[in-house]
Amino acid sequence: MKVSWKTLWQVFATFFKIGAFTFGGGYAMIPLIQREAVENRKWVTDEDILDIITIAESTPGPIAINSATFVGYRAAGVLGSVAGTLGVVLPSFLIILLISYVLREFQNIRAVQYAFAGIRAGVLALIIKALWGMYQKCKKNLVSYIVMAAAFVLAAFVDISVLPLLAGCAVFGLVTTLIMERKAKA
Amino acid sequence: MIFLELFWTFFKIGAFTFGGGYAMLPLIQAEVTAKGWIGEESIVNFVAVSESTPGPFAINMATYVGSEMGGVLGAVCATLGVVLPSFVIILIVAQCFQRFKSSRVIRGCMSGLKPAVIGLIASAVISISTTVFIPNGFAWEIFSQIRTYIFLGIAALALVLAFKKLHPIAIICISAVLGIAAGYLGFL
Repeated sequence: MKVSWKTLWQVFATFFKIGAFTFGGGYAMIPLIQREAVENRKWVTDEDILDIITIAESTPGPIAINSATFVGYRAAGVLGSVAGTLGVVLPSFLIILLISYVLREFQNIRAVQYAFAGIRAGVLALIIKALWGMYQKCKKNLVSYIVMAAAFVLAAFVDISVLPLLAGCAVFGLVTTLIMERKAKA
Repeated sequence: MIFLELFWTFFKIGAFTFGGGYAMLPLIQAEVTAKGWIGEESIVNFVAVSESTPGPFAINMATYVGSEMGGVLGAVCATLGVVLPSFVIILIVAQCFQRFKSSRVIRGCMSGLKPAVIGLIASAVISISTTVFIPNGFAWEIFSQIRTYIFLGIAALALVLAFKKLHPIAIICISAVLGIAAGYLGFL
């Protein structure tokens, strides 16, 4: 694939814009990608967008990175995926770099400490809300309830590291899926 | 070597964050808080910052922790680390998408990973509650301290507003105002 600098720049600029205007991350950026990458630039189709969501759900990492890499690759190959990913990461990177300096300067002010004390209670609620949303979206069957309970108990009350725990749950899910499919066939 | 350590830590976090957003919290607690890099209180503060700034939580978190630990270069290393796993995986998947979509192995692994993440976040909620309500450890006095009830009140109000679909930034602002008011009234 012959790639022009112009296309690379367009991919970078498009995803820079998407990265700069998506608050809260996640699915909030899908409509933006759809408008920019499908309607304006025609790099991918609506069907590709659905595929990206499917992929993002079963690969690690934020959907923003997943979709920037995927669309960038479709538009301009590997270089395109680098341009897209760089573009989507850069706005938050720069903003947070700035904010972390500001936070360090202001964190000893009393009003800021009071504000964050209140905010922490509010954030707890936001996380609970997000957890509830994930719970509702998750398929519910015996296996998923067992995994949920086991992961919760092991992480909350037993001093076990998270990475092996996740790996174990993936293997457990794989084995039970294969067994159930074999049973269904027989 | 802090830069290498930042890169590797966030590479691991990036490789194991399935489900996006808050799915990263338990991993941050395990890898970042446990190393003593950044306290849990700062992590929770930063969740609010991340909700109020553009960009995905994972990038924000990596940039923040990286910059706290190693300045601009630290931020670059951590962000690169958290991005790289998904970048590489998507490049591979883009080549063989049809096989990936119908893969039983992927589907099987995901059927274990999705509920696991829910259990892990539930456990993160417990430890964050501890940070919010009993930052100095449990003692019976907390039940006679007015601040405990103020924080419970703010959390309950925020929860109601969140389920009423009020925007997260609005909820954060309201919590901040209530925190400031309670502080200057001498309740905290």
